[in-house]
Amino acid sequence: MKFVDEFRNKEIAQGVIRRIFEVSTRPVHLMEVCGTHTVSFFRHGIREMLPKHIRLLSGPGCPVCVTPNQDIDLAIALSRRDDVLLATFGDMMRVPGSTSSLQKEKAEGRSIGIVYSPLELLRLAKEHPEKKIVFLAVGFETTSPAIAMTVLQAHHEEIRNLYFLNSQKRVPPALRALLQSEKVQIHGVILPGHVCTVLGREPFEFLSKEFKRPAVITGFEPLDLLQAVWMLVKQIEQGQALVEIQYTRAVREQGNPTALSKMDQVFLPGEALWRGLGWIPASGSRFRGPFSGMDARRIEVAVEPSKEHPGCLCGEILQAVRTPPECPLFRTVCHPEHPVGPCMVSIEGACFTYYKFHANAD
Amino acid sequence: MSEAKILLAHGSGGKLSHDLVREIFVPRFSNPFLEPLDDSARIANQDGSLAFTTDAYVIHPLFFPGGDIGRLAICGTVNDLSMIGAVPSYLSLSLIIEEGFSLNRLERIISSARDAAEEASVQIVTGDTKVVEHGAADQLFITTSGIGWIPKGVHLSGLHAKPGDAVLLSGFLGDHEIAVLSQREGFEFEADLKSDCAPLNSLVARMLRVCPDLRCLRDPTRGGLATTLNEIASGSGVGVVLEEERIPVRESVRGTCELLGLDPLYLANEGKLVAICPPHEADKVLQAMRAHPLGQHAEIIGRVTEENPKRVTLHTLIGGHRVVDMLTGAQYPRIC
Repeated sequence: MKFVDEFRNKEIAQGVIRRIFEVSTRPVHLMEVCGTHTVSFFRHGIREMLPKHIRLLSGPGCPVCVTPNQDIDLAIALSRRDDVLLATFGDMMRVPGSTSSLQKEKAEGRSIGIVYSPLELLRLAKEHPEKKIVFLAVGFETTSPAIAMTVLQAHHEEIRNLYFLNSQKRVPPALRALLQSEKVQIHGVILPGHVCTVLGREPFEFLSKEFKRPAVITGFEPLDLLQAVWMLVKQIEQGQALVEIQYTRAVREQGNPTALSKMDQVFLPGEALWRGLGWIPASGSRFRGPFSGMDARRIEVAVEPSKEHPGCLCGEILQAVRTPPECPLFRTVCHPEHPVGPCMVSIEGACFTYYKFHANAD
Repeated sequence: MSEAKILLAHGSGGKLSHDLVREIFVPRFSNPFLEPLDDSARIANQDGSLAFTTDAYVIHPLFFPGGDIGRLAICGTVNDLSMIGAVPSYLSLSLIIEEGFSLNRLERIISSARDAAEEASVQIVTGDTKVVEHGAADQLFITTSGIGWIPKGVHLSGLHAKPGDAVLLSGFLGDHEIAVLSQREGFEFEADLKSDCAPLNSLVARMLRVCPDLRCLRDPTRGGLATTLNEIASGSGVGVVLEEERIPVRESVRGTCELLGLDPLYLANEGKLVAICPPHEADKVLQAMRAHPLGQHAEIIGRVTEENPKRVTLHTLIGGHRVVDMLTGAQYPRIC
C-alpha cells in the first residue's frame, strides 16, 4: 500500500535504529504528544528496539482523555432530558463521569448516538425535529475544522435544533502549560503530524525560542517515528533546539489555510479545563457571536457535583510525569472492561495502550 | 447507581462477552458437553459423536456486499459444526420478525438462506417464525441450530494445541467486517469489497483428509483472529507467536483500517478459519487449503510455543515484538 509499505521497511528501520544507537550517549526523555503516536510505538514494537536510556512518555494528546469530568457529567445530565438526543464519537461512550457514563445511560434508555463525522449531525437534526441534538464535541485542531464546517452549514441551512457542547482543545497552549510546570522533565517533543497539518510549524516555534526544547513534527508510520527519534536525539546531543518537520509529505509551513479560516470564522480561543492540567488560557474554543445560539452550555440542566476517583493517576499520566504501570489501579481495579479513568478507555489512551500491548506491565 | 445493565459491549465477542457466558450461563447449565466451550457440543455414542450447536444472528444492515442475514445464519452455524470436525447435516431456522417488515425482503433473505444451505449440503428440517409488534425488534432476528456427525478419530478442540505446532489461516482477514461497515449509516464508503461469508465444511473435509490429527480449528468471527488465538492459547496453556508479514490482509481492508485506526487482527470474519496442526503436517495442510477455493490465500502465520503461556505475541514487520491481547470493549474509529 502506497505511503504505508515504504514506511514499514525492515532494512531501513534497522538502519535508522543503528544510527540512533550511534548518536545517543545519554539518557533522554521524549514526549509523544499524540495518542496515535503512543499506539504506533507499541503496535510496531518500536519501544523495545530503542536504546534503554531513551524514555518515551505519553503526553496530553488523547482527546477523550483530556475531557474533564465536568463536561462528561454535563453531557450525561443533558442526555437525561427527554427532549435531547446526545451524539458523540464512539470512544466517549465508555468514559466514566463522576457516577455514570454515556454507555450506561444509553442502556437506561436515553437517546444517545455515535457519529463518525460531525456532518452526520445535520441529518440527525433534520430527522428529529422534535429533539435538541446535542453534540459532545471533543478533539484537537484535527477535528475542529470539521466541527466548524458543520456549524457553518447548520447556520446556513437555518437548522435550529443543533447544539454543541464544546470541549474541543488546542494543543500549543497545553504544551506551553506543561513545559512551565517544574514536574515535567522532557528533553524533546514528538509533535503530532495531523495537528500540524492543520496548524503548520509556526504555532510550535515557542518550544524552541522560549523553552529551548527540540521538537519534531512527526508522521505515524514506524519509519516516521524512528526518524523523529533520531532527529531529536541528534539535536539534544548537539545542544540544538529546533522545531523540525519530519512529516514533510503532509505538513506545510503555514498549515492548512482553508481549515484554519473555517475554525477562525466559527470559534474564538477561550480558556478551557483539561483533565490533569487544569484551566489553560486560550486552549479551548468558544463560539463567535453569530453562532452562540448553538452553545449547549446554555441549555438549563442540573449537573451533579463532579468528583474524580481518588487513586486515578490519569492526570499525571497526561502530563507525562508518570507512566501507566506506576498507577496503583493499573491492571488491578482499572482495566478496559471496568475503566476507572479515561486513559484506560480510549484506543488512543496511554493506559489502554500499555494494557493492550505491553507484555512486561504485569 | 442503578442495577447493572447489558451493554452493547457484552455482545462484541471480546472479554465482556466471555465474562457474561462464564458468569451467567456456564454455572447454571454446567455439564460435560457445554464446558469445553468449543464452537459445538460433542455428544458421543457407539458410532462416533453427534455435534450440536446454536447461534443467534443480528446484523445491521440486513443486506451487505457478499451476503445478507439469511446466508450468514446458515454459514455461521455450518461453520460452528465444522470447527469441531463435524459433517453438518440438519439445521433449524427460527425468525423473529418485526411487524411491518417487507415480505419481498423476507423472500430474498430466505432464498439466500436456501442457496447457502445448498452450497453447504445441509437441509433445513425444522423452523419457526414469530412476529412482534413494531418497535419490539429491529426488523429481523434469526436463530439457527445445527447437528452434524463427527467421524471416528477426529477430535478437534481449543484445548489441544501443543508447543511446536503450526498456526495456519485460510485467507484474508477482515473482509466481512469492513464490507458491513462500508454500508453503515455515517460511513457509506466505496470499499470494492465483499463479505467472505461462506460455509467452510468442504474446506475442513479436505484438510481432515490430509491430516486427520489436526489439533484445532476455529473461525475467527466476532473479536477476530486476536481473540480466537487468545482463546486457544488460554485453553491449551500455550503461547502463540505470529509473524505480521505472513498474515494476509487485503489492500482495501488495510487502507480502511489505517484510515479509521482499526486493527485487522480484531475484525470479524465469516468465512475464514484458523488451524493448528503438528509441525510436520503444516505444509501438507497448507497445500490442501490452497487447493480449495476458500483457502487459496492460506498462509502459515505463526507457531505454538511453550514460552509465554496463555499469551499471543507478534513479530512486527519492522522486526519489533509485541503482545496481541483479546478484544476489549468494541473497536471504535479513532477521533483524530
